[in-house]
Amino acid sequence: MTAQAAQTGQPLLSVQNLNIQIKMDNGIMNAVDGVDFEIHKGKTLGLVGESGCGKSLTSRAIISINPKECETTGDIVYHSDSEASLNRLNLLSLHPNGKQIRSIRGRKIAMIFQEPMTAFSPMYTIGNQLMEAIRIHRTKNKKEAKKIALEMLAKVGISDQEKRFDQYPHEFSGGMRQRAMISMALSCNPEILIADEPTTALDVTIQAQVLELMKKLQSEFGMAILLVTHDLGIIAQMCDEVAVMYLGKIVEQAPVKEIFANAKHPYTKGLLKSMPRLGGDKTKRLDSIEGTVPIPINMPPMCGFYDRCSDRIEGVCNTNAVPKTRITDQHSVRCFLYSDRQEGAAQ
Amino acid sequence: MRTIPAFKRQKPETLRPKKNTDANYSSQWRLMYLRFKKHKLAQISLFILALLYTVALFAQFIAPYGLQSYDSKYVNVPPMGFKFIDADGKFHIKPFVYELKSTRDPETMRKIFVPDTEKRHSLQFFVKGEEYKFLGLIKTSTHLIGVKEPGRVFLLGTDGMGRDLFSRIILGSQISLSIPLVGVGISLVIGLIIGGISGYFGGWLDSIIQRVIEIIRSFPTLPLWMALSAAIPPRIPVVTMYLYIVIIFAFIGWTDLARVVRGKFISLKNEDYVIAAKIAGVGSTKIIIKHLLPGFISYLVVATTLAIPGMILAETAMSFLGLGIRSPATSWGVLLQEAQKIENVALYPWKLFPLGIVILTVLTYNFLGDGLRDAADPYKK
Amino acid sequence: MLQYIIRRILLVIPVVMFISFVVFYIIQLPPGDYVSSYSATMSAAGDVMTQVEMDEMRSNLGLDRPVYEQYLVWVKKIVLHGDFGFSFNYNKPVLAVVKQYMGLTLVVSIVTMVFQYVVAIPIGIYTAVKQYSAGDYFFSGISFIGMATPNFLLAIILMFLSYTWFGDPLLGLFSNEYVNAPWSWDKAVDLMKHMVIPVIVIGLASTADLIRVMRGQMLDELNKPNVVTARAKGLSETRILLKYPTRAALNPIVSTIGWSLSSIFTGSTITAIVLNLPIQGPVMYNALLGQDMYLAGSWLLFMALLTVLGTLISDILLAWLDPKIRTEFRGN
Repeated sequence: MTAQAAQTGQPLLSVQNLNIQIKMDNGIMNAVDGVDFEIHKGKTLGLVGESGCGKSLTSRAIISINPKECETTGDIVYHSDSEASLNRLNLLSLHPNGKQIRSIRGRKIAMIFQEPMTAFSPMYTIGNQLMEAIRIHRTKNKKEAKKIALEMLAKVGISDQEKRFDQYPHEFSGGMRQRAMISMALSCNPEILIADEPTTALDVTIQAQVLELMKKLQSEFGMAILLVTHDLGIIAQMCDEVAVMYLGKIVEQAPVKEIFANAKHPYTKGLLKSMPRLGGDKTKRLDSIEGTVPIPINMPPMCGFYDRCSDRIEGVCNTNAVPKTRITDQHSVRCFLYSDRQEGAAQ
Repeated sequence: MRTIPAFKRQKPETLRPKKNTDANYSSQWRLMYLRFKKHKLAQISLFILALLYTVALFAQFIAPYGLQSYDSKYVNVPPMGFKFIDADGKFHIKPFVYELKSTRDPETMRKIFVPDTEKRHSLQFFVKGEEYKFLGLIKTSTHLIGVKEPGRVFLLGTDGMGRDLFSRIILGSQISLSIPLVGVGISLVIGLIIGGISGYFGGWLDSIIQRVIEIIRSFPTLPLWMALSAAIPPRIPVVTMYLYIVIIFAFIGWTDLARVVRGKFISLKNEDYVIAAKIAGVGSTKIIIKHLLPGFISYLVVATTLAIPGMILAETAMSFLGLGIRSPATSWGVLLQEAQKIENVALYPWKLFPLGIVILTVLTYNFLGDGLRDAADPYKK
Repeated sequence: MLQYIIRRILLVIPVVMFISFVVFYIIQLPPGDYVSSYSATMSAAGDVMTQVEMDEMRSNLGLDRPVYEQYLVWVKKIVLHGDFGFSFNYNKPVLAVVKQYMGLTLVVSIVTMVFQYVVAIPIGIYTAVKQYSAGDYFFSGISFIGMATPNFLLAIILMFLSYTWFGDPLLGLFSNEYVNAPWSWDKAVDLMKHMVIPVIVIGLASTADLIRVMRGQMLDELNKPNVVTARAKGLSETRILLKYPTRAALNPIVSTIGWSLSSIFTGSTITAIVLNLPIQGPVMYNALLGQDMYLAGSWLLFMALLTVLGTLISDILLAWLDPKIRTEFRGN
């Protein structure tokens, strides 16, 4: 099945016009602003961007676990092919702590987090926290749940599971903890796994192992992954499709090969340039994008990247909201440089 | 198109991260000040405390009557509010009080006071009264407010001996407000020296000091205070008594501060900049003064502020039990002795006024301490 | 773990010995001694004692010997015979006086302690979960005032209110008709009624403190990622609240139990004097004032011992409740 064929099918999850606003002392912050994307069965979508661009909020909004200060609007339509009751269900219309969303969390859509140390409670054994989801969603029987949990630990490559099961998080190494985290997330066979910077806190070698593990388990379980990261290297390794986020908006979205070969948005280009490359000129400094991400409070309609953009068009980019432009069927970008199909207008 | 100019104006504040502005380059003290300014309750508290201490400083001048003056004609007089409109409905620019006539309640046969509407005394500023030394230096007899003889003004009523409660609260504040300050001051000096030695040099010296502190802290505070206070000889001059009490409070209080100092010293002495100074051959004293002290002085201020309320309450409790300040000197605790019997509270509820002022002082110190604690760590979010 | 506890207990011994000496020294500090205060009382009653009589009494009581000798005799008796000396005021052995008051002191203290935790923990959780709500402000206000009010005066105010509302100030721990009555259901009910004010008064300040600590801990814990993880697993909010933040926030609270009991014991002193409770406070106060030194000394010693033990219990609990420390001990 080609990527094209998969994408024409019914998406597992489709996010439409997602907005998240947070009330601050000095105004309302549009942390996420009109985000659309789709997640397809068995595929990996990468959500990439600098810290503070709203990628974590977006991923968490899917299962409504953002703090209540986050005013979330839009549609998040979940389309399970395994359960009729979950067909075309708008997750945002559910009560954020209600029964229905809770029956989806952990069972249909599971999540792993950046900091495996703090994501586990230091008060309980790994086994205790691992069994929790299993006992809510799969079986009430304690023995059976333990059996499943031990199997899961084995699957993520943790040896001596019986002993590990009764240990506390502080007795695990960082990589081990993230493995345990993954086993916890996958323990109920979810259809979608949301991975929020799953390897950021880990050593590079461990990072590679964990990513490898995720890939292996994805092919085994057939779940879709939404991978949130700031690391383009991970995107290249893991994803089928990429959405680049900047200041609460998706500025460019395309299949992974297309992004690396044919990036359009100046921000994406900047990101790519700031990546170290094998065989690159070792004497030159890495490029970086000038400036930092502004805080989107009381922003007028304009391109959020305007201040940092080297190709900006004054009077256009800073006075109008940027529309989405389709480059190809699967490649879209939010930039005035392409809005009239006049590619490279500013060069 | 309202948005563009608005945006242009906003750009420096909200859109661009500030570069060379306050938040990035201010000194620690300025950051602390900025944070403290956000804490409204702490600011109000600071203002109230400043007011209380000013009043205490000029107590003899502000109080209409002196510590010793009493009038057996006016025993347990209820508070007299001053009035502007007299019994005939006539308005007076100057507030006034009526003279009191004592009669007996026809039912309970208890002595009560009724205003004698014939005799009106205007409240006046800078009245001549009992002689005292202004700020302990200049002999004078001018009081800030009062009424002309033979009038009497008892704004908060009088006690069982016919002494003006308002004057006594103000005069008592001199002791009640200064004992905790002096006590904490002494604790601070001891705590700073011993905690500093313990934290900076470490090793066996630290172990010994820590054991001693542990032992002192094992003493149950209140009974120890009581035992020590009981040991104060009964007939000694006020100043000596004051000193004894302050020393007793400081004796227990210093251990807390020593712990704060030691803890901070230990964490700071392993900071890179201190180690760098050491390697560069800077002497111990200079390292302590130049590098360590500024690092934790803010914590010290907080710890000190938060230690004061406990001392105020302790002094009040001790004096209340007759183990602290004793007459002829007075403090709020001494004044509250009259509230020990519920009959007194039931019949003369104004005797609880000193309680109100104690609560106010303790609350304000607590709020101030809270505000300072928030401000002390300006880099914390 | 066991080793740690044993080491800590061994450390307690020198501390208590040192404390006992200091205590004895402090007791000796006041000018005069029991004989002089006794003769003062007697002469007030019209019976003037002669110097010879006083000296004789002193040597009978062993008060004519140097301080350290008196101390050594006292300690020797405690260690060898469990004899804490003789109370001059009560005219019976110190131990008998202690026994007489210990029961009720313990009852009041333990009830106060339970009251503290039962009240403070739920309120602490509530105010943290509903941060900045009206309820939060209300309880925060109360706890601030609770910490700022001298508790003995609160006692007076509550007595006064009880007097005006119920016509009974509820002084002491029993109504007159029950003081010497044998234990019965009615007497127990009467005791409960009389304990309301003392328990509130003694417990208020520490309850207020506990509320603030619990609230702060809860706020910390509520923001921890493990709460988000639990939510992502599909747990219900109540279950999350109880299993993760509350359990973690309770650690430092539970470990205060050791300190708490001893601080209630000592903190109740003044309240007990004001409310005229038949517990240790007034006994101790009178012993200090009347220079009934063995009684006062024993009480102070007992208090110090309690404080040391309380700290020990707290330290052990703190270690025990932290899986990190616990597993370290398990490992060895």
